[in-house]
Amino acid sequence: MKEKASLTERPPRVGLFVTCLVDLLRPSVGFAAVKLLEDAGCVVDAPLSQTCCGQPGYNSGDRHTAAEIALQVIDLFDPYDFIVAPSGSCAGMLRKHYPALFAEGTPERMRAEKFSGRCYELISFLADVRGVETIPVPCRRSVTYHDSCSGLRELGVRAQPRRLLASMPGLALKELHESDVCCGFGGTFCVKYPAISNAMVEHKVANIEKSGAELLLAGDLGCLLNMAGKLTRSGSNIEVRHVAEVLAGDTSEPPIAGANRP
Amino acid sequence: MIESTAPAFKENARKALADTVLQSALSIARPRFVDKRRKAKDRLPEFDALRDQARDIKNHTLAHIDLYLEAYEAKVKEQGGEVHWAATPDEARDIVVGLCRRLQAKTVTKGKSMISEEIDLNRALEQAGITPIETDLGEYIIQLRGERPSHIIAPAVHLTKSEIVADFRRVHTHLPPGRDLSEISTIVGEARGILREKYVEADVGITGANYLIAETGTSIIVTNEGNGDLTQILPKAHIVVTSIEKLVPTLEDAATILRLLARSATGQEFSAYTTLSTGPRRSGDPDGPGEYHVVLLDNGRSRMLGGEFQDMLRCIRCGACMNHCPVYMAVGGHAYGWVYPGPMGAVLTPSLIGVENSALLPNASTFCGRCEEVCPMRIPLPKMMRHWREREFARHLSPPAQRSGLALWAYVARRPRLYAFASWLGHRILRTMAGRKGRIAALPLAGAWTRHRDFPGPQKMTFREQWKRRPR
Repeated sequence: MKEKASLTERPPRVGLFVTCLVDLLRPSVGFAAVKLLEDAGCVVDAPLSQTCCGQPGYNSGDRHTAAEIALQVIDLFDPYDFIVAPSGSCAGMLRKHYPALFAEGTPERMRAEKFSGRCYELISFLADVRGVETIPVPCRRSVTYHDSCSGLRELGVRAQPRRLLASMPGLALKELHESDVCCGFGGTFCVKYPAISNAMVEHKVANIEKSGAELLLAGDLGCLLNMAGKLTRSGSNIEVRHVAEVLAGDTSEPPIAGANRP
Repeated sequence: MIESTAPAFKENARKALADTVLQSALSIARPRFVDKRRKAKDRLPEFDALRDQARDIKNHTLAHIDLYLEAYEAKVKEQGGEVHWAATPDEARDIVVGLCRRLQAKTVTKGKSMISEEIDLNRALEQAGITPIETDLGEYIIQLRGERPSHIIAPAVHLTKSEIVADFRRVHTHLPPGRDLSEISTIVGEARGILREKYVEADVGITGANYLIAETGTSIIVTNEGNGDLTQILPKAHIVVTSIEKLVPTLEDAATILRLLARSATGQEFSAYTTLSTGPRRSGDPDGPGEYHVVLLDNGRSRMLGGEFQDMLRCIRCGACMNHCPVYMAVGGHAYGWVYPGPMGAVLTPSLIGVENSALLPNASTFCGRCEEVCPMRIPLPKMMRHWREREFARHLSPPAQRSGLALWAYVARRPRLYAFASWLGHRILRTMAGRKGRIAALPLAGAWTRHRDFPGPQKMTFREQWKRRPR
């Protein structure tokens, strides 16, 4: 399935699915994604009439709205060779769930199926499709990595970020105990069941503290906001960033949580 | 059917989170279940291939369940047993109580059976003046405490050793009060000694069934304590209380699924005892019950056939989904408020008691997908929880605040220009609130978030704004 980049092929046109959280709260993740994609030989565009992937509706039982938004996303991003999101959760929605929104045999279903095959999560796209094997940017930090659920289980994002991080000169990767256990974010779950969500993120933060790493990374801003918010509330100094920022070598913006926050 | 507190799930969960005994018990159970299953799976290279086979076996059975049920009943009759069909819990209870009365039963021993929980059998027996005695150690403990199982294979997983010792001292008053109960083996030994007498006294033995075999009319149970064997062999009659989806066509099929069951449940290769029962004692048998009855409960299962929730009928009750569920492991099984907890309960409970009575359960999931990842029968649990949310939404059962929030989001998300404006406005508000600290400690309308954690503030501008200004 690997399509390695070659010198002769036309550079692929990538539509960046920015995600609503990155747009609103942490654009640096979007720009890190752009840099990584361009370094990997892609031509990147971010069509600005994008909104949301539809997950809030889909996971709350409003299938109809989710399907309408899916068609809107498909229309907007159809011209691109690939659609890439710096989020396993949104990419999982585009890649795994869009076809399921439409009845089998309908034209919409066929369109969604053709579309979803071109949708990727950022890090797995770089590693699996563009054949990126190493990141030669030095990073003298001890980091730990949380596997966000959708990326891990819907898209098989597990080895790729670890491999790329480990290739950065000076970077020490410390495995997080129960790295594959949910942090308790879960989209609307965290506000529908705050007490349970809190117990889950407390458990997660205890494991993060035990890892001994100074920097926590993950591939989904939702999970990162949840863990970062808990870390700052509990007075921890551990830094939190999106994995793309570190891989792109751009940590000029303050972290989501941690030491160099003003 | 037992009463449900599923509508109070949130309140139940809050209490569970504050229950230090429960939290300590769960913190012990959590790593054990996960590690043992993973090791057992890793020792069996064909584990995933077996999962496919097992799924196919059950799908085939469910597609032809009418034929297999008839074949099964005919075989049971041929062996001298009897099958009793129960559409509802009431019918099932009446059948069991009626059989016990006819047999003039004073006490009945019981092997572990979730169906007997579903039909609230112990209470019905007690009301009829019959004493039920649970013989599975975990079930025995919770019977002493007047509780319900909090887990489908480890009913007393919510307790630690010290509660159990205190219960034994409270109830086993005929034993010396100063006896040593510091070791688990002595605790087990004490229960065993007491249960030995009960096996012999019992007039009827009731067990559940892990599988029913259409080809032979056999019922199969698995236990680790051997209590099931003594329960069903010694009394005058053996009553199997079970449900229609336990059926598989052949012994070979059951053997395939058995290879997955213990590995997924406890991380064992096989449970210590796998007991096959086919009809009553035959002439020439050294032992066995004089009568053999099977009470087959439907209770809404046949309605699941052919619909969105049919896959749930593949469930073999191994408990792997709850063992790996971060929500279950945070609040324990009692919070779910009915018979079946965890992800499998979140799908099955609405099917059996109605989503209007249990909608909080399929919502209590982050869709992390760990349950589906470990399910030996490849049941798409998150997908089916989502289907329940869809039914809840379609029937206007979800809370009004949630509905209006969702409607607002839907309106804005379908209008890109309005969305861009909302994003800009939201950004400015959050940016102002976060101030120099860069985080928000109390966010209006998002108190559920900021009660427990800060809300990290946004960067200087939205992505949209910066992208427009990007040098080309």
